[in-house]
This record gives sequence, C-alpha cells and structure tokens, in this order.
Amino acid sequence: MKQNLFAMIVACLALFAISCGNKSNQNSQLSDELSGAGATFPLPFYNVIFEEYATKHKTVTAYGAIGSGGGIRNLKDGVVDFAASDAFLTDEEIKTMPEVIHIPTCMGAVVLAYNLNGVENLNLSSEVIADIFAGNIRRWNDAKIKELNPQAPLPDVEIIPVYRSDGSGTTFVFTDYLTKVSKEWEAKYGRGKSVNFPIGLAAKGNTGVAGVISNTANTIGYIGSEYAFAQKIPYAGIKNLQGEIILPSTESISKAASGEIPQDTRCSITNSDAKGAYPISCFTWILVYKEQNYSKRDKLQAETTVNLLEYILSSEAQAIAKDVHYAPLPEKLIEQCQNNLKQITYDGVQIKK
Amino acid sequence: MSDKIFKTILFLTASMIPLICGGIVYALVTDAYQAFEYFGFFKFLTSSEWSYTEGNEQYGAMPFITGTLMTTLLALLFCIPFSLPVALFTGEYFKGTKIASILSTIVDLLAGIPSIIYGLWGFFTLRPIIMALNISPQGSSILTASLVLAIMIVPYAASLSAEFIKMVPNDLKESAYSLGSTRAEVVRRVIFPVAGSGIFSSYILAIGRALGETMTVTMLIGNTNAIPDSITSTGNSMASIIANQFGEADGLRLSSLIAIGLILFLITATINMIGKIMIKHSRI
Repeated sequence: MKQNLFAMIVACLALFAISCGNKSNQNSQLSDELSGAGATFPLPFYNVIFEEYATKHKTVTAYGAIGSGGGIRNLKDGVVDFAASDAFLTDEEIKTMPEVIHIPTCMGAVVLAYNLNGVENLNLSSEVIADIFAGNIRRWNDAKIKELNPQAPLPDVEIIPVYRSDGSGTTFVFTDYLTKVSKEWEAKYGRGKSVNFPIGLAAKGNTGVAGVISNTANTIGYIGSEYAFAQKIPYAGIKNLQGEIILPSTESISKAASGEIPQDTRCSITNSDAKGAYPISCFTWILVYKEQNYSKRDKLQAETTVNLLEYILSSEAQAIAKDVHYAPLPEKLIEQCQNNLKQITYDGVQIKK
Repeated sequence: MSDKIFKTILFLTASMIPLICGGIVYALVTDAYQAFEYFGFFKFLTSSEWSYTEGNEQYGAMPFITGTLMTTLLALLFCIPFSLPVALFTGEYFKGTKIASILSTIVDLLAGIPSIIYGLWGFFTLRPIIMALNISPQGSSILTASLVLAIMIVPYAASLSAEFIKMVPNDLKESAYSLGSTRAEVVRRVIFPVAGSGIFSSYILAIGRALGETMTVTMLIGNTNAIPDSITSTGNSMASIIANQFGEADGLRLSSLIAIGLILFLITATINMIGKIMIKHSRI
C-alpha cells in the first residue's frame, strides 16, 4: 500500500513536470526549419552555431554557402529566411529591395602572410603595403621597410606579392583598405572582389595563396584571418591610425569596431581609428527583411528567424565565434544590434519585445 | 520487326551525341554573344586588357590565347625528345619483346594519372627546382607549366606514334635491308617517310590534350592576366582563367569567360580535325 502511494506521488509529480514542460514549450514554440544562403567566409562559424541552435531548439537551419551575391539574389526572390553577406547593401541596391535590416554576426580580418628566411617579426605600415602591391617597393631591404624593422635581417631580394586569382570578399576588404590609405591605389586599381594587381602571382582561394606563400621564399600575400589563425601561418603586424603596430588577433580585430558605428551598421571598418585596432578588419552580416510577411511565410517562421538572430548575438554564440577563429562583436555594438532587431515586424507588429 | 526496333534505338542513341555536341556549341554561342557584341569579335580576340573596373570593364582574350599557345607549343617541343625514342623503342627496335611491353605499359600508365597529381608534383617538386636554379624567382611560370604538360602528353604522342611505326610494312623495311641499309638508315629513310603523317597526327592529338589542360596549368602558371613577356614569366591560360573566375563572375565578365571557352573549343576542334585528316591521308 505504502509503495503504491509512493508510486502515485511520483506519477503525479512526473505528470506535473511534463505539463509544465509543455507549457513552456508552447510559449517559445519555434518553426522546425530555417533556410539561409550567402557568404562563404563565415561558413565555419555558421556551421557550428546552427548546429548548436538545432540542439537547443530543434530548429534545423539549412545554409547554402553560395557567395554573398547569390544570397542577396535569393533574398530578393523571397526563397530564404535570411541572406548572409560580407558586403553591406549599397544605397543603390537598397532602393531595389523592400527595407532590409543588417545584423553583423561576427568579425574577421585580412592578414598579411609572408615567407622570409630569418625574419620572425615583420612590421608594415599602410603606405608600405600599398607600395609593395603597387610595385613601387620592389626589394625586401628597401629603406621604407627597414625603417619599420630596424632589427630584422631583411635580405636584398625581390619581393614577390601573391594575390587571389578568383573573385573574393577577402580581396575586396584588402583593396578597400588600400584604397582608403593610398591615393595612388585609389586612382590606379581601386577596390573590388577582383582587382588587377600590377605585379606578383595569383593563386585560387585562401588555401592556394597560403600554399604558394609557404612554398616560395620572399613572398607576401593576403589571407583571411580565420584561415591564417586556424593554420598558424606567420603574419605581419600593421601600423594603425593611432601609430601602434598591431598584430591581428580576435581581440585587436574586435577593437576595430569599438568606435562609432552608424545605427544601421552599414559601414566599412578598415583603417579604423580606434585604439588597439587591427586596421584591415571587417564585418560579416546577416540580412533580413524588416517586414517578415513575404512569400507566404507565417508568423512562426518570422519569430524563429528573429530568435536565431538573437541567439547569434548572445554572449554564448559570440564565444563560439572566438573558438572558430572569428572575432566577437564588441558589447556596445551588440546592444545596438539588439535594438535594430526590434525594428523587425510581422504585418506591421513588432516581433521582438 | 525486332531488327527494326533495334535499328531505331541505335539511331536514337547515336543521334544523341551530335545533339549534345550541338547543344553545347549553341549554349556557348548564345552566352558568349553579349561579350562579342559589346567588344566586337576581333577586338575581343586581340585586346590584351582584362580589367574589372566597374563601369569600365574591359575584357580581351589575347593574354590567355598567348598563354595557352605558349604552354602548348613548349610542351610539344619538350615532349618530342621523350616520346619519339619511346615510340621507336617499342614500335621498331624492341618490337614485340617483353621489355617493350613493360615500357609501353608504364607510358600508358602516365596517361591514367589524374592531372591534379601532376599539378601537385609540379608545385611541390618542380617549382622548388626552378627556383633553386634561379630560372624564375617565384617558380610559377609558363616554363614550369609547359614542362609538366610535356610529361602529361608523352603517353598520347608515344603510344599512337608507336602504332604507326609498327604498321610500316615489313616488305618495305626488308627491301631496304637487302640493299644494305643500316637500321638507322631504315628508320630515317623508310619508317619516317612512310609513318610520318601518322606520327605527325599523333602529335596533333597530343596538342589537343595539352590545350585544354586546366588543373595542372592553374597550379603552375601563376595566374596573372597579362601577356607573358618571356617563358620564365607568369601568365594565364584560357582554361585556367575560366576555372579561376567563373565562381564570382556575372554579366559581361561571365559572358567574356564563356566567349573564351568558345574560342578554346574552336581551337581544340580545329586541331583535332587536322589530326583526323592527317591520319586519313597517311600512306599506310
């Protein structure tokens, strides 16, 4: 009898617990599936973060790394919940679409990797980098490089610049920086996903450039930080606007966004004037429509999309970014993004409370 | 009745191939049209500018045509001293012996190696040698790509030439011997004249193979979009510019890449056709 009573109490408790569980589930019910498409640069981060989100909320996020341009096209066609892009929409592009909210998800950088016998630390300035890639500085023992590296045994050999042969956001960020710091670069070559570099040789992808550099003496080239950090490739410190020589690291990259960022976060942060900032840093964004009622999506889908974005901005997700060699967003910017999330609506009704 | 059905099925399947081939040409022409229309066919062929500047895009195929022709012709040049002796060895001097069959198997094996493996070998073994010999500071060059291409096309040139050398009638050779010719004279005066056009066509087909080679060349040529000023400088070939840039290309650039594809297709088709005609007209 006593045993029966005990069993009944346990059963009651269990039922109570289950009903509670149900209740809380109903409150935060989410859709089973989200889909997004776009940039390849943050793919390793998104893979981990979407996996993590799926184990937490049973929502599977399908992400197609088809390139930033392709992602934006998919959003225009209304076939995805969000697009991911390494570049923010230009004013002209914005005019061709319904209102879009930009949410930065993490940060990266472009590092200058080199292969120089006997040189362990290399310091560069914006002027020297532009001159090397424009072909004005041809030899490693040039006075301008010596001035920045008085200790280094710089050899009297030709510099071999290495760049990307395929179109790439990495090239865009790097040439965006060069365009900002050098009038000559701006006039002759400009910024873009593909740029006509005047000298050197080219290879395909981060892997290709890194491969050529590690196998060829006297080379210097630019590589995405997430790849360079993961592969532990030697890279140069760069003098920022404050006059400090800064090595790329997740901390110094985050600092590049610690200055004033416009409310909609649409800005390039290369050549940042913040203290301790690595100067060739960049954001990567997720783009969603402000009005979530499009392509017959239901409210649940819209809520799940916002919930995922909130998760990406959480400190937990930002810590994961650091683990996979991306730089987390600074606190101040996260607050700003949380506020931007509040603009998202379904049928004109605000989703995030 | 069943014979008729079989015939129809045969006809249908056989006609698929020309249809697919025609479809490819059609697609290439329609997609390349934008570039040809914008730049003009001859200007596109001869312009050496490849510039992405937005609003003033300039695309010309000349650097890539030069790169492709330079690598191919150099590869042919480097390949002759290897493939011709192999062909004579297996087709005449040691014809039918065990050692000849071993050699020809090994040469055929070369043809079966995937091109990425040649690329890796070139990148990690040949490039450092080129750098160490001070031929080119960066190692990647037209020359590096040609050397690896030469090894890749040896089996095509060697085994086909050997077949033609084997087919030279014995009567001809024996009558030469009976007149007191040495073996070297027989090779020079009988085998080469008789099998000549066949050997020539085997080299033409090898060229066809070298023209379109993509992976190896991309890894070794340096991928710079300018006309190379010497064989030790970097360049780019038609196949490798397409492989490098189709991913992010759209609009005019995509059309220009497809136009380069069309030109490559035409060059390869012409070369193969010349080879076929030569075989047909060979004296054997």
